This record gives sequence, structure tokens and C-alpha cells, in this order.
Amino acid sequence: MQIIGKTKELIGEIDGFWDTIAKASMVFRVGIKDYLQDRPEKIVSRIIEINELENLADRLRKQIKVKLYAQMLIPESRGDVLGLLESSDNVIDSAKKVLNSFDIEKPLIPDFLTEDFVKLVDASADAVEEMVKAARAFFKEISVVNDYINKVSFFEHEADKLEDTIKRKAFDSIEIESLSWKVQVRYFAERVALLSDGAEDVCERLAISVIKRSL
Amino acid sequence: MILFFLSSGLFLGWSLGGNDAANVFGTAVGTKMVKFRTAALIASIFLILGAVISGAGASHTLGKLGAVNAIGGAFMVAFAAAFTVFMMTRLQLPVSTSQAIVGAIIGWNLFSHTQTDYNSLVKIVSTWVMSPILAAVFSALLYLLLKLILKKWKLSIFRLDSYTRIALIVVGAFGAYSLGANNIANVMGVFVPVSPFNDISIGNFFTVTGIQQLFFLGAIAISVGVFTYSYKVMKTVGAGVVKLTPQSALVVVLAESLVLFLFASSSVHDFLVSHNLPAFPLVPVSSSQLVIGAIIGIGLVQGGRNINFKILGRIASGWVTTPIIAALIAFIALFFLQNTFNIEVYKQKPAQQKVTLINRDSIKVKEKSENKKDEDMGNHNKKKVIANKIELKNHTS
Repeated sequence: MQIIGKTKELIGEIDGFWDTIAKASMVFRVGIKDYLQDRPEKIVSRIIEINELENLADRLRKQIKVKLYAQMLIPESRGDVLGLLESSDNVIDSAKKVLNSFDIEKPLIPDFLTEDFVKLVDASADAVEEMVKAARAFFKEISVVNDYINKVSFFEHEADKLEDTIKRKAFDSIEIESLSWKVQVRYFAERVALLSDGAEDVCERLAISVIKRSL
Repeated sequence: MILFFLSSGLFLGWSLGGNDAANVFGTAVGTKMVKFRTAALIASIFLILGAVISGAGASHTLGKLGAVNAIGGAFMVAFAAAFTVFMMTRLQLPVSTSQAIVGAIIGWNLFSHTQTDYNSLVKIVSTWVMSPILAAVFSALLYLLLKLILKKWKLSIFRLDSYTRIALIVVGAFGAYSLGANNIANVMGVFVPVSPFNDISIGNFFTVTGIQQLFFLGAIAISVGVFTYSYKVMKTVGAGVVKLTPQSALVVVLAESLVLFLFASSSVHDFLVSHNLPAFPLVPVSSSQLVIGAIIGIGLVQGGRNINFKILGRIASGWVTTPIIAALIAFIALFFLQNTFNIEVYKQKPAQQKVTLINRDSIKVKEKSENKKDEDMGNHNKKKVIANKIELKNHTS
């Protein structure tokens, strides 16, 4: 019974960690959209928000790590769980870097690419949110993890396609005159899509952990 | 002096505790689901309880195979078994204490010209073959059942972890009890006919028999083995020749414990007999082979992808080689003990039929001694040797 009591606190912290990742994904989505929809000044407050979320996620991850080892909980899966938390933390890191890059470089996204960029941001953020659902299911109901993993895979493919479309349109366009501008647009398309790649990496880890945990 | 003679049995007990406790708590400790100290304490308590309360059944069968009737002989039989286990373990050959002790008893039978009870031998050997198969069947069924339960209950990872820990402790305790009940016969069974202990009555309510005291002593030796040596073995088992999830490990230990219990429990035996059902013979079996059988059972349910037929072959070879080696060592050691130290290793049975052939001056002398009932006295219980017949035959062409 003591073990069950101890784990309740830990379960709360793990839930808190996934909440943080999900919020960071939402902040990323809104922040980039604000920028694309001519409200670049708002990105600063989003960067502050995502910084706070990243710090919180870091703190929670460390607490979870200490508790898992100190209380000898889930000894068979704790390595997998810590790897999972770490790789998910990288996703927030990635989101923060993209927002920062938008704020520092202030790239000029031509109007004909705005819609594709918005779709790309949505696909990437959706991938992260489905990843969070998959990770939560790993802790609570392992049988549905694969359903969410499939969704992440779908959104990652969508993001890849949109990234490709943006790059092609940018390099084929005569509206984007200089090569440096084209390269910058390509860079931001790649950066935004990187978030969905991160979500897919987390899900690959999850898939292996599910196999290891199955009887 | 008595303790000296018991020392070989105690050594066998220590070795059993060191090695076989890992079959009950190995995965739980190796995977850090249960702390070693907790596992060792529970294992010791339940091993002792199992040995003292339910240990008599399996040792009775060993007694029927060959009742070693001198303490010197019992010492050497246990020593030969222990030495066989030690030697074969060093040579990394598959070995089981149960098989070694049976071989050593047969060695004593041969040395003391005692007829081996072939019914008991067949019963014991068939159990060696049957028990891993039964463990495989149990583990396959339990595995399917657990899978079904987990699918229905949809437990979270932490809840499953907590329940698994509790179950590993409970099943481990049952396993330790069954191990004590079944395997104490290997450790102290040969000393039963020559037990130096008398029954102790506590008030008018409770009597501790001499055999129970003997088994208690053996169980203490097993517990010392658990505390002093099993940690290393448990770590090896946990790190895994075969990697199991804690839930699969639970199934393996439960299947193993059930089989050990069935082959040790007089109550189950009597219940089955009273209901005209086929009863399990009460025979000491190898817990290591049960574990392998149980793992194979899970492998079969999973589609047979994990079965190593080489291991099966090695187990089967152990059924033959271990008893033969133990019998040989026992025979030689008994000869050595009797003729070098002049210690009595067996007592001549008065009712035994003796046939001796003596060649003297081309004359064959056949001497027979036999028991005959004294019918004239009308007393059917009194037996008397009434005559020695000497037949003389001319050794002529």
C-alpha cells in the first residue's frame, strides 16, 4: 500500500510533464501563426511562455528520474521511461528554438506561402499532441498506444509533404528574388517540420517500449 | 559425532539454498522488483515451514527406493550427491540434487547388496520426465489467463508494477514453501531411517517428531545457503539467460511452485486418491528443470520462437548421467569409508537371503539361509531360521 501511495505523487508529476509538452506545442502553434498573420510582436510573449514551460518540463523530468530510482519503481521500464521523457524534452527545445529563430531573423514569408506554412505548423503541432496522447497511454492503457503512434506517423508524413511543397514553391518562385531569401524560407520550413520528426522519434521509442512491456 | 555425520546433508542443504532459491525469487530480485533481504527472509521462513510441515511425503518415496540404515552410509550417500552436484556444476553440466541423491542411494543399494525397489525407481524417473512437461502445461495456461486478465483490467504501468511486486512476494513465499516441502527429501531424506532425534511433546497438544527436527535442521542449512550464496545466483538469473518481463516471471514461478507442491503435498495426494483420481507421486523434483519447462510453456504459447532444443537435450542427458555418476561416486566412497576408517555404512538385515559359493577341493558348497515360520508353535508372527541346507555336489566330469 505504501508503494501505491508513493506512486500517486509520481503519477501526478508524469501527468504534469505531458501537460507541459502539450502546452508548449500549443504555444508553438499560436506563436508561429501570430507571426505569419502579421502580428510578429506577439512572438516575444510566446517565447517567454515556452521558456517557462521548458524549465518546468526540465524540473519535472529530474524529479521523476530521482523518484523512479530512489523508490525503485517500475525497474523493468524506468530506463525506457527516462529515455522517453528526455526525447520528449528535446521536442520542446526544438519548438523554443524555432520561435527564437523567427524572433531573431524575422524571415519574410511571402503571402503565397503563408497558407502552406500555417498547414505545416498545424501538422507539426498535431504530431506533437498525438505523441503526448501516445505517451500518456503508455502509462495508463498500453493497448491504445499504437493507435496514437499511427496518427503521429500520419501527421509527420503530412508535414514532410508540406515542407517539400514550400521548398519547391520557394525555389520556383520569381517573387522571391534572391537566393539567400529562398534559402532562408527553406530553412524555416525545415525547422518547423523538425518538430514532427522529433515527435516521430519519441514514438519509435514508445513502440519498442510497448513490445518490451507486452507479456 | 552425530553432527559430523549430518554435515554432508547440511552441506547439500546449503548448496540447495544457494542455487535453488534463485528459481523462486531470482527474477524478482534480479529485476529489482523485490529487495534481496526481503526475498531471503521470506524464502527462509517458508522453506523451513514447507520442510517441517509437508516434507515427509517425498522423503518417504526416497526411503522406499533405499532405506540407508547406518548413519555412516547416510553421511556418504549425501556426500556423494553433494560432490556430484559440485563437480558437475564446476564442469558446467546440467545437474539436479534430486537426481544426484537418487543415484547415490542406488550406489548404496549396490554396495550393501540391497535390492533396489524398481517400482519406486520407475516412479521417480518418470516424475523427472513428467514434471517439466507439467510445468510447461501450467505456465502456458497461466500465461493465457494472465494475458486475458491484463487485457480486461487495463492496469496503468504503476498499478501493474505494484500488483506484480505483491504477487511476486506471495507466489515466491508459496514457491519457497513448496521447494522446502519437496526438496528437503534430497537434503535429509537419507538420514530419516537413522535419525538421531526423538519426538518432543510440548504440553499434550503438540508433538514435534524426530523427523521434523531433522528436517528443521536441514531447512536451516538451506536458509543459510539462501542468505550466504543465493544473491549472486539470483543476480545471474535476473540478468537473464532468458529475458522475461516481471509478469512472465510471475507465471514461471507460479507454475514451478504448483508442480513442486503437487509432488510434495500428502494432502493433495490423499484427496486425489480418495476421489479415485490419478494422484501425483510424492517425489523430489528439480526446480531448475521446472523453471526451464515453464519458460518453454510460455514460448510455445507465443508461437514456439524461443525454444532452445539444445537445452532440452542437455536436461534429458542429465537424467541419465547424474544418477550414474552419483551412484559410482557413492559406491567408491562407501568402500573407502568402510575399509579405511572401519565405519559401518550399512547394517546386515537378518531376514536377508544369502547365497554364497565356496570352491574347496573341487567341491562346490552352496549355503543358503532362509526364514521359515514356526507352524508347530502356532505363532504366525514369530520367524525363525530353522535350517541351513548344505548341498554337496561332486565336481566330476
